[in-house]
Amino acid sequence: MQTPKVLGGIDFGLMDPETYRDMSATKVITADTYDDDGYPIDMGLMDPRLGVIDPGLECRTCGSHSGSCNGHFGHIELAAPVIHVGFTKLIRRLLRSTCRECGRLALDEAQRDEFRERYERAEELGDDQHDVLKAAVRQARKASTCPFCGEPQADIKHEKPTTYYEVQDVLSGEYSERIAAAMQPDEEEDDPGTSPQELAEKTDIALDRINEIMAGEFRPRKEDRRAIEKALDLDLTEEDMNKLMPSDIRDWFEDIPDEDLEVLGIDSQDSRPEWMILTVLPVPPVTTRPSITLDNGQRSEDDLTHKLVDIIRINQRFMENREAGAPQLIIEDLWELLQYHVTTFVDNEISGTPPARHRSGRPLKTLSQRLKGKEGRFRGSLSGKRVNFSARTVISPDPTLSLNEVGVPDRVATEMTQTLNVTERNVEEARQYVRNGPEAHPGANYVRRPDGRRLKVTEKNCEELAEKVEADWEVNRHLVDGDIVIFNRQPSLHRMSIMAHEVVVMPYKTFRLNTVVCPPYNADFDGDEMNMHALQNEEARAEARVLMRVQEQILSPRFGGNIIGAIQDHISGTYLLTHSNPQFTETQALDLLRATRVDELPEADGVDDDGREYWTGQTLFSELLPDDLSLHFSSSTGDDVVIENGQLVEGTIDEDAVGAFGGEVVDTLTKEYGETRSRIFINEIASLAMRAIMHFGFSIGIDDESIPPEAEEQVDDAIESAYERVQELIATYEAGELESLPGRGVDETLEMKIMQTLGKARDSAGEIADQHFGDDNPAVVMARSGARGSMLNLTQMAGSVGQQAVRGERINRGYEDRTLSHYRANDLSAEAHGFVENSYRGGLTPEEFFFHAMGGREGLVDTAVRTSKSGYLQRRLINALSELEAQYDGSVRDTSGRIVQFEFGEDGTSPVKVSSGEGDGIDVDGIVDRVVDAEFSSDDEKERFLGERTPATNLSEHTGPGGTKATETGVESDD
Amino acid sequence: MTEYEHVTDDMEAVVEATELPPRLKTEVYEALDRKAAESDVTIEQATDIATGVENRYIETRVDPLDPVGTVSAQSIGEPGTQMTMNTFHYAGVAEIDVTQGLPRLIELVDARKTPDTPMMTVHLDGEYATDREKAHEVVWSIEATRILALGDVSTNVADMLVRIDLNDDTLLERWPTHSDPSEVAAIIAETIEDSLGVNTRQSGTVVEFGPSEPSYRELLQLVERLREIVFKGIEEIERVVIRKEEIDGDEEFVLYTEGSAFGDTLDIEGVDASRTTCNNIHEIYRNLGVEAARETIIDETKNTLEEQGLDDVNVRHLMLVADIMTNNGEIDSIGRHGISGSKDSVLARAAFEVTVNHLLDAAIHGEYDELDGVIENVIAGKPISLGTGDVDLRMGSRVVSDD
Repeated sequence: MQTPKVLGGIDFGLMDPETYRDMSATKVITADTYDDDGYPIDMGLMDPRLGVIDPGLECRTCGSHSGSCNGHFGHIELAAPVIHVGFTKLIRRLLRSTCRECGRLALDEAQRDEFRERYERAEELGDDQHDVLKAAVRQARKASTCPFCGEPQADIKHEKPTTYYEVQDVLSGEYSERIAAAMQPDEEEDDPGTSPQELAEKTDIALDRINEIMAGEFRPRKEDRRAIEKALDLDLTEEDMNKLMPSDIRDWFEDIPDEDLEVLGIDSQDSRPEWMILTVLPVPPVTTRPSITLDNGQRSEDDLTHKLVDIIRINQRFMENREAGAPQLIIEDLWELLQYHVTTFVDNEISGTPPARHRSGRPLKTLSQRLKGKEGRFRGSLSGKRVNFSARTVISPDPTLSLNEVGVPDRVATEMTQTLNVTERNVEEARQYVRNGPEAHPGANYVRRPDGRRLKVTEKNCEELAEKVEADWEVNRHLVDGDIVIFNRQPSLHRMSIMAHEVVVMPYKTFRLNTVVCPPYNADFDGDEMNMHALQNEEARAEARVLMRVQEQILSPRFGGNIIGAIQDHISGTYLLTHSNPQFTETQALDLLRATRVDELPEADGVDDDGREYWTGQTLFSELLPDDLSLHFSSSTGDDVVIENGQLVEGTIDEDAVGAFGGEVVDTLTKEYGETRSRIFINEIASLAMRAIMHFGFSIGIDDESIPPEAEEQVDDAIESAYERVQELIATYEAGELESLPGRGVDETLEMKIMQTLGKARDSAGEIADQHFGDDNPAVVMARSGARGSMLNLTQMAGSVGQQAVRGERINRGYEDRTLSHYRANDLSAEAHGFVENSYRGGLTPEEFFFHAMGGREGLVDTAVRTSKSGYLQRRLINALSELEAQYDGSVRDTSGRIVQFEFGEDGTSPVKVSSGEGDGIDVDGIVDRVVDAEFSSDDEKERFLGERTPATNLSEHTGPGGTKATETGVESDD
Repeated sequence: MTEYEHVTDDMEAVVEATELPPRLKTEVYEALDRKAAESDVTIEQATDIATGVENRYIETRVDPLDPVGTVSAQSIGEPGTQMTMNTFHYAGVAEIDVTQGLPRLIELVDARKTPDTPMMTVHLDGEYATDREKAHEVVWSIEATRILALGDVSTNVADMLVRIDLNDDTLLERWPTHSDPSEVAAIIAETIEDSLGVNTRQSGTVVEFGPSEPSYRELLQLVERLREIVFKGIEEIERVVIRKEEIDGDEEFVLYTEGSAFGDTLDIEGVDASRTTCNNIHEIYRNLGVEAARETIIDETKNTLEEQGLDDVNVRHLMLVADIMTNNGEIDSIGRHGISGSKDSVLARAAFEVTVNHLLDAAIHGEYDELDGVIENVIAGKPISLGTGDVDLRMGSRVVSDD
């Protein structure tokens, strides 16, 4: 087998036209592409020497067929040189800084050395070398004459995009008239005028010469002109613009010596400046501009081909005209036209130049446009590549899966394959796959013989092929349960957006996920789609298993807590199970725990009135905890949670205990007992919670938000009194008695006070409503436990929706001096500025509804703007930081070895293992107490407590330590 | 170490021999000290403790070859999607509007020369911090005092005169070192003469002046220019809010300013330069150097995130961003004009932004791309040199020769 070549580096430079002609496969002279028979025309734009795209044809340069021929460049001999648009700025800079005569940089030796030194220094220091170059050009431009040949220098005017003029001051044609006018006496100004004699004396020019000059018979020389100008205080010059043709520029640049170019930071070996003026135009291979055959058999050419056709046509016309001896004007016009076409061939988005358009009016996509931007070659094709072995479909929940697993539809599993290397030990297995054929599920799609031939397994040949499979063959078998795949949901904002899952092949068409992995993916099931990638080599599969599996990602590096845990109904479930600590009979208790590893109940907590044994919710929850876990924390419900030796002694298990985003129990379990134990716990807590919530029954309806009429009256009263207070505020304001807050105007103060008053009104409405909700109200349960929603949501549903705001203020926009035509002008009252006194349940008035829509719209706009802004922020951050890597010594360096931090995060600890808030996660006091107060019973125990711990490696859901779902080998032995 | 009376030199030697970071060493000392005060701690036990803590610490260290950069970038970028766009919010002090949320985060990462809403938090020294009068003295030397704050300005078109009636109380309040208002008025008159180039007449606290030649336009222009003159304080600072705050159990006055002039403020008497801060990272850089700038970037990003309820983002990520922004010894922005634009690799720059220009420039300068960065390797289709891609595993595939 041939060793693949590795790209070692890329050298950038300009290309010498000679080299170019040498490597060109053919000269292109005909603007036509295909002849009537559909064959490419010789020396045309589709010449078979440039490569082939039509199947069946053979490349005349390399002899290979389409698909294996990469294509070959051709060339067009340009009738006249043209400027490359990409370099117009540099050309201008060179014209300005070098001598028009000898081509040398207009800097003397000392200056030259200085700039060369500064340039090298900037390179060493990593400063911007561009600044030095610009300074050098600025300095050189100042020289009025060349320090080497003494030639006076002209100023260069650049007319964008590609025209250059030399601007020189020359003697005006009407010099004699101007002199005469200046010599005339001017009576108003008391100027006696100048006689020719006086002028001769002043200027030291002979009198007859003066007379000749005044008669317009002799053009004064430069010194004489200066003298006359000085004597008469006038200007005899006018600007002369001399257009520099590309050929002139090319000649000029040819004279610039190599060492001068070095000072300007130009690589003289690889990039001679005259190569910036094109004399030969490269014709990209056919493969880069394939033509497509439409349904009606017509060929549609690529934009680049269209552009090349234009160039060749003009080029031809140019040559014909020149040979025919056409007038200079016509030649120049054609030259400019050629320049335009070459310019747009390179870049079709030059400002000031109308873009070249397709017949339909669409601007052509030429070379620059192909590279640029998000869908361009760099960001679209090189940095982001398309891959095989990937699948995408809608996701749906499946609580029976482990969080490590993903349900893969059978039709995906039969399409995506894994390569099975056949050995003596697995021949039978491999044969079975092949025997099953490509359609039956654990089948195979292809086999590969040791000689490298790939054979497709079909329904027809599968039986036959299966017999032939031997060791050393390769079988591309279908995905089966336990295979590892990569799963991803976009936008991939953090590394938990791409995780490895183990396959569980399932019927139907959707990917199935356990609901606990929704938070890291930020997924829900309202139509979200996700991508799956099947890994194609052993190295990738190993890395995915060890590093990328969901259980390895339980802890988020953002805040060092768990990001996978119970959500929504799981939390409501554990809350119901533990809050009032209900009792369960044996059957009920076993039912609750049936989806867990626990198959024997602990000792009963007591006997109920009927004499039956009962188990409490807390006891059942405790069954899922490791036996030696002890924890104290306060829950979001507000009570203290005490777990001692694996028993929940008191407290409610809610979001703060088992939730995603830093649930105490899950967090501690992951950090101290390892990921595998944590995965088991999360899976089980989810199942237990689902069983629990189904046991109690949990639903929410419109009646759950209704409050008794007397409460409604109270709410109305509260709002009414707030209205009164607002009216009072308005009255004091209108009387001019409102005292403004420091640093605020009176108007602002009033607004702030009204907002405050109305805010309080809504809160009190909420409190009133709250009093009338029982603790078993489902909305209250959800809000208290942190499962979903908040008390504010409840307030809005039952009490009052409250003030609607746009830009953090009451609603003030709409008509002149009022928000809606329903109100009087300058009405400052609460209802005229978007206070919604009704509740969602009670229903909004039309005006309230409108204000509410205004507030809602702002939220939507905000979200839309935010996603694009934060997306760009993220891209920039990642681009700037992507090269950084922690080293073996704990320092952070980039890929070129530059040190950014001597110790990551100042203490070398990982953000995954240590959260920033609570110290370092090491229980120093605990260690001290343990060592000093209690003897270790054995060295072994001491070693286990103090020594290094290597977490058990668990490679699969179905095998490995602490892994098996069925058998009882927890990781308790870990400690 | 005398700080811990019960920690012996031997114990200290044991602890110092570990690889623990200073913070953990202190913690170990404290714990040992506490324990040793209650009961005897043998040197063996101390050794056990030290190695135990060290082992636990080593477990929490970053994995070598961890792509910490990308992780940090994601950890800051991802919560960005949850932040508000609302530009104005009240940060701590209700009276001062400060840019918050995503726009502020973008501003910091961009390393803008001046923030949208510059502000300073000025802490005071000694009795300035406790005495309201003294604190106000500092306020007046910071806040820009313009004419409208001092008195009424009227124009007398008939006589072509601008007349300023200064308010006695205000003058004495703002110039506490003077006891006679007319003295202060004299100072004001002088300032006006210097900056407007006119002659003034002063009687008591009334100052009058007019254009040298009678011109209505000139007169109005003078009034306009008069309003701009800063008589006391720092021009950039529009407003100062004074607040009594409890810091470490003591009550003291803290000033919040709208507008910032960090260097000038530090020089004012009564300002505690060690605690005073500013939200303009460039000003901090100019006055206190690059390390202080780094610290400010960390603090500001942290505060911005906390204000949005994202207080759990690990500081280590913010540190890394601040460190790369200040890696050159000056502040570089994150993006095209800063870090991403000054990368060595042509392809890396081209893949970020302004693709074509980078390629053309590379050609002229004859650049060579080593293809050793992450982006270049992605482009070239090679494994990247981070994480598992940075490890070479060599297996013994040597064939044992026959002889």
